[in-house]
Amino acid sequence: MAESTSGEGTRRDFLYIATGAAGVVAAGTFVAPQVAHMWASWDVQARSSVKVKYNEVEPGQQIVADWLGKPVFIRRRTAEEVKTARSVDLADLPDPVARNANLSDESAPATDEQRSFGKDGEWLIAIGVCTHLGCVPIMNKGDYHGWYCPCHGSHYDLSGRIRKGPAPENLPIPKLAFLEDGETIKIG
Amino acid sequence: MSGGHIPQEHYTPQSKAEKWLDHRLPVGGLMHHLNSFPTPKNLNWWWIFGGVLAVCLVVQIVTGIGLAMHYVAHVDHAFASVEHIMRDVIGGWWLRYVHANGASFFFIAVYLHIFRGLYYGSYKAPREILWIVGVLIYLLMMATAFMGYVLPWGQMSFWGAQVITGLFSAIPGVGKTIQAWLLGGPAVDQAALNRFFSLHYLLPFAIAGLVAVHIWALHHVGNNNPSGVSVRNTSVDSAKKDTVPFSPYYTVKDAFGIVIFLIIFAVFVFYMPNYLGHPDNYIEANSRVTPEHIVPEWYFLPFYAILRSIDNKLLGVLAMFASIGILAVLPWLDTSRVRSGAYRPSFRWFFWIFVVACIGLGYVGSKDPAIRLIEQSEEFKFRDPAKADEKLKEITTADKSAEAAIQISYHKEEDGESYMEYSVKHVHMAFTMKNLGQLLMIYYFAYFLLILPILGVRERARPRPDSIDADFQAKMAKKRKAAAPAAQPAE
Repeated sequence: MAESTSGEGTRRDFLYIATGAAGVVAAGTFVAPQVAHMWASWDVQARSSVKVKYNEVEPGQQIVADWLGKPVFIRRRTAEEVKTARSVDLADLPDPVARNANLSDESAPATDEQRSFGKDGEWLIAIGVCTHLGCVPIMNKGDYHGWYCPCHGSHYDLSGRIRKGPAPENLPIPKLAFLEDGETIKIG
Repeated sequence: MSGGHIPQEHYTPQSKAEKWLDHRLPVGGLMHHLNSFPTPKNLNWWWIFGGVLAVCLVVQIVTGIGLAMHYVAHVDHAFASVEHIMRDVIGGWWLRYVHANGASFFFIAVYLHIFRGLYYGSYKAPREILWIVGVLIYLLMMATAFMGYVLPWGQMSFWGAQVITGLFSAIPGVGKTIQAWLLGGPAVDQAALNRFFSLHYLLPFAIAGLVAVHIWALHHVGNNNPSGVSVRNTSVDSAKKDTVPFSPYYTVKDAFGIVIFLIIFAVFVFYMPNYLGHPDNYIEANSRVTPEHIVPEWYFLPFYAILRSIDNKLLGVLAMFASIGILAVLPWLDTSRVRSGAYRPSFRWFFWIFVVACIGLGYVGSKDPAIRLIEQSEEFKFRDPAKADEKLKEITTADKSAEAAIQISYHKEEDGESYMEYSVKHVHMAFTMKNLGQLLMIYYFAYFLLILPILGVRERARPRPDSIDADFQAKMAKKRKAAAPAAQPAE
């Protein structure tokens, strides 16, 4: 019998710990794939960009693209709408960050200039998923005439910025590019 | 003490928290009972498969739930969704290969577990219910494995489903109706695939439930052991002489066995994942073309051989189901009161022949039944076809049931001249793969229906040890002697 009086631990202690450790490693290697397979599969990850024609959209209209299973609002704003969006005082915004994936500065201020595209900033392109709990906001509704989320009453302005209600952030702007053909946007 | 119940020290909750819990839900007592369960101290390695099987069931359920998250039970998408799992799902190939090979290894373990029980008489009183629950688990395993094999919707999946559901059409009168009901339509199609998926998901949980009953029964009557002698259960102290607590003794031993089992399993999963499968199942199901050589998975082959041994459809199906069902009545067919085969000199012979017969049936099931193993024939060669015809007529008029045929072959003379040769082959006797299957099937049933009932009455068993402890001490003494043979001078 391996008895220890020195308090250093016995061969049996060593075996217990070694066996236990091997058991933990074995269990870990079994559990890891169970977690891994639940991430987005390779084919879903590969489907990360989409091309959308925008040339037929008139001022005041919006089209909705489907990107990674989410709606993307592509809105061509009228000159008046742009003016309204640009006249907002930054201090009135609950979320002062631009949330524009195209900007290198992640903390850029949420001015309309930082969130819009095209000639005079007429294009507003944002992921149409409410930052509260994921519903799709409705166009031209709410107190700020941008979008209004019917689920829990979040109001977004003409720049897609949250103004009122439970949503914490502005509608995010995905990485995008206006292609050289003059009629296609590549999202993602 | 009732029946085979083994007395065990009672659990007394120590801490305040344990007392509080025990008063409301005696889970501590249950854990104590399981951990310190008195287990015969002479169990050999054949007793590890209960633990191995528990691991198999958990592995199948966990990987199966993962696969079900990606699989699509639709005739248009099932096959592609399996390839999606293989290529796109992160680690999906691992899930699928573990699950597919896991089924095979589940059966390897269950067969070893069953043969262990057959040899050591684990089905005898008071373990009949324990045994029957085990047979039910085995039946559910077969149903689950079959339906799981249909899901990838390959050629073997489809035609396997066609053949197995076709078995039910053998029932006189209502067979066709039952088959249509099982399939949810006139043929194997969307409805069948969808319900097979539903049931393939459900049945493993039914198996888990029966496993709980199996363990419950086991913990009531106690383990059998290689000596077949019962634990002395008059008191806690007498039981202690024959047993050791399940933990740590058998948890550690089982864990070691499980590790070895998993190493072999891993070799298959990582180095030969398709070895036990059929290439044809990588061809999508086609209801218009049957694969040339259709065989079930290896674990069904012995039963498949029995099915093919009988030319009558209904009788073939009945024989196949009877070969499984007979296990359930085995406790009443074996008349011997000696449990362990180790003390039954004649039984051992019949038992090992039975094992060979089962493996042989599996081999026959995997082969073309028409293969001739032995053939005794005469050949008559002619260059004139009319003469060959005449000979053939002569043979068939002499014996109307004679097996004879003309074969034409093309030959060349040494000078380059070619000619046709007509040979008449008269087969006097042929022993085919099917005949071998019939022979083995007869032994399979005779083992249960003739050998075991008669042997139990006629055989003189060797003296058994007085107790498990005596068996254990004798074995240990033998081991010690074997470890130090030179130390003892010959007397």
